[in-house]
Amino acid sequence: MTFMQSFTELVHQRQQRESAKRIRPVETEFSKLDVRNLNFFYGEKQALFDVSMTVAERAVTAFIGPSGCGKSTFLRAINRMNDIIEGAHHNGTVLLEGQEIYAPDVDVVALRKRVGMVFQKSTPFPKSIFDNVAYGPKVAGQRNHKGLAEIVEQSLKRAALWDEVKDRLQDSALALSGGQQQRLCIARALATNPDVLLMDEPASALDPASTSRVEDLIFELKQNYTIVIVTHNMQQAARISDWTAFFYQGYLIEKDHTQKLFTTPKKKQTEDYITGRFG
Amino acid sequence: MSVPTKLQEPHLARRHRIGKAFEWVCCGSTWFGVVVLGVLLLSVGWKALTWPPAKAKPANNSTATVDAQSTSAPLSTKFFSSYDSRKPREAGILAAIWGSLWLIVLVALFSVPIGVGSAVYLEEYSNEGRLKRLIQVNLSNLAGVPSIVYALLGMTAFVKMFGFFTKDEGKSLVINLLFTTVDVPLPFDRTLISGALTLTLLVLPTVIVASQEALRAVPSSIRTASYALGATQWQTIRYQVVPAAMPGIMTGVILALSRAMGEAAPLMLIGALTYVAYTPGDITSVSDIFKNPHGLLDAPFDKFTALPLQIYQWINHPRAEYAHLAAAGIMVLLTILLLMNTFAIVIRHKFQKSTRW
Amino acid sequence: MSLANVASPLTPPKAGLRLQKQFSWVRAREACVRAMLLGCASLSLLTTLAIVYMFLTEAVYSVTPDTTAFFQDVSLWDFLTDTEWSPQFADKHFGILPLLCGTFVIAGIGSLIGLPIGLAAAIYLSEYAKPKFRRMMKPVLEVLAGIPSVVYGYFALVFVTPYVLRPMFQSLLRIDVDIFNAMSAGVVLGVMIIPTVCSLSEDALRAVPRGLREAGYALGSTKYDVSLKVVVPAAFSGIVASFLLAISRAIGETMAVCIAAGQMPRLSLNPFRSMETMTAYMVGASLGDTPAGTIEYKSLYAVGFTLFVITLGMNILANWVMNRFREVYE
Ligand SMILES: Nc1ncnc2c1ncn2[C@@H]1O[C@H](COP(=O)(O)OP(=O)(O)OP(=O)(O)O)[C@@H](O)[C@H]1O
Ligand SMILES: [Mg+2]
Repeated sequence: MTFMQSFTELVHQRQQRESAKRIRPVETEFSKLDVRNLNFFYGEKQALFDVSMTVAERAVTAFIGPSGCGKSTFLRAINRMNDIIEGAHHNGTVLLEGQEIYAPDVDVVALRKRVGMVFQKSTPFPKSIFDNVAYGPKVAGQRNHKGLAEIVEQSLKRAALWDEVKDRLQDSALALSGGQQQRLCIARALATNPDVLLMDEPASALDPASTSRVEDLIFELKQNYTIVIVTHNMQQAARISDWTAFFYQGYLIEKDHTQKLFTTPKKKQTEDYITGRFG
Repeated sequence: MSVPTKLQEPHLARRHRIGKAFEWVCCGSTWFGVVVLGVLLLSVGWKALTWPPAKAKPANNSTATVDAQSTSAPLSTKFFSSYDSRKPREAGILAAIWGSLWLIVLVALFSVPIGVGSAVYLEEYSNEGRLKRLIQVNLSNLAGVPSIVYALLGMTAFVKMFGFFTKDEGKSLVINLLFTTVDVPLPFDRTLISGALTLTLLVLPTVIVASQEALRAVPSSIRTASYALGATQWQTIRYQVVPAAMPGIMTGVILALSRAMGEAAPLMLIGALTYVAYTPGDITSVSDIFKNPHGLLDAPFDKFTALPLQIYQWINHPRAEYAHLAAAGIMVLLTILLLMNTFAIVIRHKFQKSTRW
Repeated sequence: MSLANVASPLTPPKAGLRLQKQFSWVRAREACVRAMLLGCASLSLLTTLAIVYMFLTEAVYSVTPDTTAFFQDVSLWDFLTDTEWSPQFADKHFGILPLLCGTFVIAGIGSLIGLPIGLAAAIYLSEYAKPKFRRMMKPVLEVLAGIPSVVYGYFALVFVTPYVLRPMFQSLLRIDVDIFNAMSAGVVLGVMIIPTVCSLSEDALRAVPRGLREAGYALGSTKYDVSLKVVVPAAFSGIVASFLLAISRAIGETMAVCIAAGQMPRLSLNPFRSMETMTAYMVGASLGDTPAGTIEYKSLYAVGFTLFVITLGMNILANWVMNRFREVYE
């Protein structure tokens, strides 16, 4: 059971860091998102089967599971990014603070302003660093340059990128390194001031140093944001998340406190997966 | 080349010989175009530069110098600064150059917004439905319609406006702008605007298809990222997709415009083939624009000629001297087209280098 | 699982952060822009409708009172069978056959020259040429395609006829070559369609999967065998489509033909005489500034209509063949 012990250790370390930083314990949470009986289809193909789950406010929830099990699909269902995909449809309900986000009178744009998203592959716009970060507030109607500059600075600081780029805000974002680009994308998402931040494997393309920076960042951010993160790295899930959900072949197998899920999984499939017996 | 071995059948050598011959034939065919291009440029250039003919210079030396000054030798400044003339030695392409310039500018003004707008609608808004298929099929058919049919359309729809306004009444629509008024003849008659609109219809399919390709080349991750930041569809298109596609669009547009620039047929029926001894809006230099800014508004409703038309007119002229003028005109036209094409290639090249997604 | 789905208390919705659609200028603009763009896109449909409307009202059946359309004056039968085209004479004849003859003789000569050369060049570029050579050759072909057709006409008139055709046919074979002749027009037309044929055929050839070529080599074929007996047949419909498009272009080509072949409607197959194509007639008629309403004026539309129908038919056929080809490999 050494692997379980190592996970316990990771979780334990995290809790120590939390208390060191006076981050409030996770038990007092509300649930920000409430998904009930969600079935999701790409045309004929069903990608999610009857998934129900709540997502805690101001906490990190990690999704794990083998490739193709529907983690990204679920994530994208939360801010309706799947709307763009032809033939995608669903049934079931997704509630954000009790409001059905798929209701016909919901404005997707308003939803996406509140539910930000960071993608696996960093996707900076081929523009300057400043324009990248300022884009969200700009399209939301913020025209005042001073206000924009302030938002840009704050977002970059929160994303721990400010010191590296403050002298070259007008340079092309494409000239940044991969890790910087990913943090830029996080900053860009923060600039729209969302409540919920969805991250689809935000660190999968990064080197260890950048990864740990992004992890620190997520850790900091959870004080203000509800964060959902997809990851293939179970150590990472253990290090940063409060809750972990395990998906398998379109089903939500198990969701629990991270520590419980990694030490005493209730389902055989979960145990097999985290012990590396498949996937 | 290969040493025959026992393995080789006797006719294998023959097959190789046939193969080699075939390769040569194909290679020759590829070079054929280059050779023709070279011969064409040389023969036209030679024609253009052998004017004025040496024989025509009188023996008397004093008049010869006067003559040399007064002739508009092709590619001399006089050639560019004189109107067409009944005397070949005095004819120039001033009216034609300005006419072509106006045409290109107007065609660009009309075709870029409409063409890019159509492409944006087709690529970004319409889902793969019947309407999109219909428009797409329609576009590919329009692209194959001969230019002379567009000419007929231009004559009917713009010059005569389907006969809705009868010409005899000399109706004109006076548009009141804040500072000034513009007289818009109805129907448009044989004016610059008719020609420009006709050419616009002609190039639109090309512009649309090129813009569509450029838009399709923009990675969808850009769109997704923009939507995820709470941008609306139009904001995404306006601030991300179209700017990213701009180099590709520009390349397509310039190539389409250079095609429009060389087209004579659509303008023939517009009736631009008259003797024109003035430039649109009486603007013959940039300073004229400041002296007479109203000319800018009048110009689209002036009669006009254009480079390819002037060239055709000279080719058709019974006097042999005009053949040299035609050649000189062709050299000017080809130079302009070459510049436009180079510009397009430079944009394409720069774009390929500077952008990596 | 039990713990996971125990509903914890929901955060109350924050005031002012509702998701519901509200009226806003942004949303209104969105709808406006969409409508405007749809307008732009449907303009191309409008163009087609305008073309059809024009031909129907001017050539087939006039909608304005007191005027007649061309086919109300001249019967379709006469139009299609009369062997004389003489709208400008007192004894007017409107038989399209001489014009069709001119068109097809010239387009035929052009095709005989342009199609094989274009295809051979395409085979060379796709099967034999090194990538560097291809990159060098493509712009040349683009330039060739970008040369205006007046220039080709001039080239035919001042170079092809006096320096190629006359020495070959008049001096050697004792065949009279007119200054304006169908042959020179056909020759430049052939050159003009080479880029079309070459680039479209090359696309078709390159779309043939590698595996097919490799299978050919594995059977002990030479490059020649593979190119001609495997790749070309596999790309056959794409090549046919490129041929059809090129021929359709040749038929609709105007200025070069008009300058080089002259304006003498003639029902003959002698390519060394002057001939008139449909397009050249339309240009010629416009030169004389024929007044609207006269039968000559209306004949423009009749000829234009014929040309439109022929080229449209060929384009539709070409697109159909092309789509069939795409279906095979995509
Ligand atoms: N746009 C799409 N169209 C059709 N099917 C899709 C689409 N996107 C995903 N799928 C399918 O839906 C299923 C779930 O995909 P999803 O992207 O959610 O997996 P994932 O868990 O994120 O995998 P990974 O860990 O590799 O990112 C897969 O079988 C996938 O093939
Ligand atoms: Mg995924």
